[in-house]
Amino acid sequence: MEQDELYLSLSERLGKLSKFPKMRDDGKSISKLLEENGISRRDFMKWAAAMTAMLSLPASFSPLMAKAAELTDRLPVIWLHMAECTGCSESLLRSDAPTIDSLIFDYISLEYHETLMAAAGWQAEQTLEESIKKYKGRYILMVEGGIPSDDSSFYLTVGPHGQTGESHAKEASDNALAIFAIGTCSSFGGVQAAAPNPTNAQPLHKVTNKPVINVPGCPPSEKNIVGNVLHYILFGTLPALDAYNRPKWAYGKRIHDQCERRGHFDAGEFVQEFGDEGAKKGYCLYKVGCKGPYTFNNCSRERFNQHTSWPVQVGHGCIGCSEPDFWDKMGPFESPLADRLYHSVFSGLGADATADKIGATILTVTAVGIAAHAAISVIKKPKE
Amino acid sequence: MSKRVVVDPITRIEGHLRVEVVVDDNNVVQEAYSSSTLWRGIETIVKGRDPRDAGFFTQRICGVCTYSHYRAGIEAVEDALKINPPLNAKLVRTLMNAALYLHDHPVHFYHLHGLDWVDVVSALKADPHKAAQEAFKYSSNPMACGADDLVETLKRVGDFVKKGDLGPFANAYWGHKTFRFTPEQNLIALSHYLKALQMQRLAAQMMAIFGGKQPHPQSLTVGGVTCIMDLQDPARLGEFLTKFKEMADFVNRAYYPDLVMAAHAYASEPSVTGGLGTANLMTSKEFLLNSNEYLFDSGIILKGDISKVFEIDESKITEEATHSWYADDEPLHPYDGKTNPKYTGFKDAQTINGKGELENTKVLKESEKYSWIKSPRYNGEPMQVGPLSNIVINYAKGNKRVVKVVDQFLKDANLPLKAVFSTLGRTAARMLEAKIIADNCLETFNSLIQNLKVDDSTYTTYQIDNTKEYKGRFMGNAPRGILSHWTRIKNGVVENWQAVVPSTWNASPKDAKGARGPYEESLVGLKIADLSQPLEIIRVVHSFDPCIACAVHVMDTKGNELSDYKVDIGCFC
Repeated sequence: MEQDELYLSLSERLGKLSKFPKMRDDGKSISKLLEENGISRRDFMKWAAAMTAMLSLPASFSPLMAKAAELTDRLPVIWLHMAECTGCSESLLRSDAPTIDSLIFDYISLEYHETLMAAAGWQAEQTLEESIKKYKGRYILMVEGGIPSDDSSFYLTVGPHGQTGESHAKEASDNALAIFAIGTCSSFGGVQAAAPNPTNAQPLHKVTNKPVINVPGCPPSEKNIVGNVLHYILFGTLPALDAYNRPKWAYGKRIHDQCERRGHFDAGEFVQEFGDEGAKKGYCLYKVGCKGPYTFNNCSRERFNQHTSWPVQVGHGCIGCSEPDFWDKMGPFESPLADRLYHSVFSGLGADATADKIGATILTVTAVGIAAHAAISVIKKPKE
Repeated sequence: MSKRVVVDPITRIEGHLRVEVVVDDNNVVQEAYSSSTLWRGIETIVKGRDPRDAGFFTQRICGVCTYSHYRAGIEAVEDALKINPPLNAKLVRTLMNAALYLHDHPVHFYHLHGLDWVDVVSALKADPHKAAQEAFKYSSNPMACGADDLVETLKRVGDFVKKGDLGPFANAYWGHKTFRFTPEQNLIALSHYLKALQMQRLAAQMMAIFGGKQPHPQSLTVGGVTCIMDLQDPARLGEFLTKFKEMADFVNRAYYPDLVMAAHAYASEPSVTGGLGTANLMTSKEFLLNSNEYLFDSGIILKGDISKVFEIDESKITEEATHSWYADDEPLHPYDGKTNPKYTGFKDAQTINGKGELENTKVLKESEKYSWIKSPRYNGEPMQVGPLSNIVINYAKGNKRVVKVVDQFLKDANLPLKAVFSTLGRTAARMLEAKIIADNCLETFNSLIQNLKVDDSTYTTYQIDNTKEYKGRFMGNAPRGILSHWTRIKNGVVENWQAVVPSTWNASPKDAKGARGPYEESLVGLKIADLSQPLEIIRVVHSFDPCIACAVHVMDTKGNELSDYKVDIGCFC
């Protein structure tokens, strides 16, 4: 029943969207453009089905997904760079199979993106101003990087008038239809905000009063960037979010629970040191620092680079990069968290405490339990 | 009367870069200023952390050379702790580095630098059948240049342009008089622009096979690598091999021929045939081919004299901040050093805007401090680093693998050796470096296979003694040139850290003696056709492949040798 209601509300949403005035001058829909570019309706529907599955929606939603994609040509995108390393932009470039993802990015009219745009200097500045004016209230804003703020905003200036990055981010946020903080820096401040945060780098949601959807990860996979845009188009409202404004469809599951090495954890089989016999056998990486038990993301399901691999597959633990303040809370990255001797928020457990809606105390107990399990299992079940 | 032009932001780079030039009445650049407008302070952040974690922090210096600072962070600590990782680990690290270069160089040429050379709008006037013929002038087996591909490219881009909203291609310099490709040549390059978008995904997968993901791989650890299961899986090895060959194919059948084409078309364009800038060149050895042989050798060339190649004396590397936004004029004892940024801001001045008119703007205080980048110097002199330096030094040293490819290219391009000393040469050298890697690094792969037959170790055990003090450094090459990281470890944590980064050398502001950094030097003498459309400036600067997040750091080693590095200012690019 719940599904029916959801389906109905999505249909209504799409109906409304389709009645909006066209942004494209030629009035062509994306499906029409795709057809002209050799992408058949059949391929398109196949892709829609794949995206539907990825967003954990029932199969019957595929046609809506396709409809949503057809409507995306109405959405200009402005992407701003703040204090960042461009890793998130690189991740966006990896957008892939089905290659239609890339096409969609072409077709949602990337108005401003400093890494990719041909214009520079005055011409770039003008493009940004005109895009904000022309698409006021209708564009999607994506921001990469932490933002040096307040008295420290001078640590980033952009343009011939020497405006601060902070003022750019504020202005673009004020006029946006929806705002995505792409990556851990924009979502939570990131590496430059790690102690002692010398530039007072802040996450986007501290800089604007408007709602911000956080898409963390260092960097987030291209799937999570693209999937979130579609999610927004479908629902017309913010997607269901966790305590840290992360979309639940992508960040709702604990890495540990979906991990390919989970069986070894349960069996008490651990890599004791990189390169040992356990490492060759694919044992659990908890004892060499894996933060999968404290991290919420879909890495274990989606992997990276067209499902090529992910850190746990190449034998290194998760470092918890999509959790708030992970640089300060998850280290040392190659030792178990429970071994750490100092205190931090939620006992260093990050989102674990709230995303599960369990009290911090219980979770701390859980963490101790995990560590105890790891320790006892060695005694209980001696390995060969 | 002299006029000033501000280009900010320089787009299609990594990071935040501003360039200002002063031109005379003939629009010839008399003086230039290069400035990074962002500081992140990562160097202060890494202090006091677990040395095993340092590589993860330094990696976040840059998501483009996403592997370089990770490896440097790990290997600097290994050097300090005197850890010698197993050969398997060294070879895998080399293969990952090859994957990085084979991703980074093509992406730079096609997606960052390409639109300085290729006029997208002109391509629309091309005859795709003629263009398909044209492609055979530059390659005996061109890729993605058949009439079918080109008709498709023309249609796809044509439809896009017709819509009137050009997205990322809007408001650019189409029709600029310094574009020299014919419509057909533009179409060939445009087809490769699209092809390279596919290929870069493949190159990133190569890295991810051993690295888990790209950007920001995660399989290096102090002591070795963690991807032991992938090394013991012939299917995974086969994937790497296959993707490497596909990427090599792209380099040989698209990237190389496109540079031959560019060399022919642009040989008479003065804005790219000059601009060598700083003629002091420096490079490091890189790419381990087997247990002891490297693909590229290290060295230094001074004042463009290729008859003599000097060895690097690391003690001659210094940094200063006369024109950088740091309050470190007074020499401090290394262990007393503080990260003390001192921002002095811009001044008001009228400059030429995008309409060619004077407009009130903010400009750099050129006689004071004007960049977040410091000025590294070797024996007091600015040095140019990057593929041009690497190729020229190895050519001068008679490195056979390099000489062969360079000579062939010069023949194909119909250019003399000295033509390499230019903006065009810098761009071509980057391609040559990629080709030499593509041609040779399967030797590394084969060495790995041979070694795996007799040795399955991937990790060396070590202990960090909290009562001891350690120091060590990494020196190698990143896609933009020579890179070094220096660390001191005390009480079991990072006591200090410094990175001396390629783009710091190249993008540096002037030093106390007034000597320009390489970007600045390469712009002086450049004639700009239209001050409101300074494509020439953008093209010259792009030829260095700026990576500005990498370049910015705060370490003050003014007057101090690098062996005296202090930490809280460590530069992490």
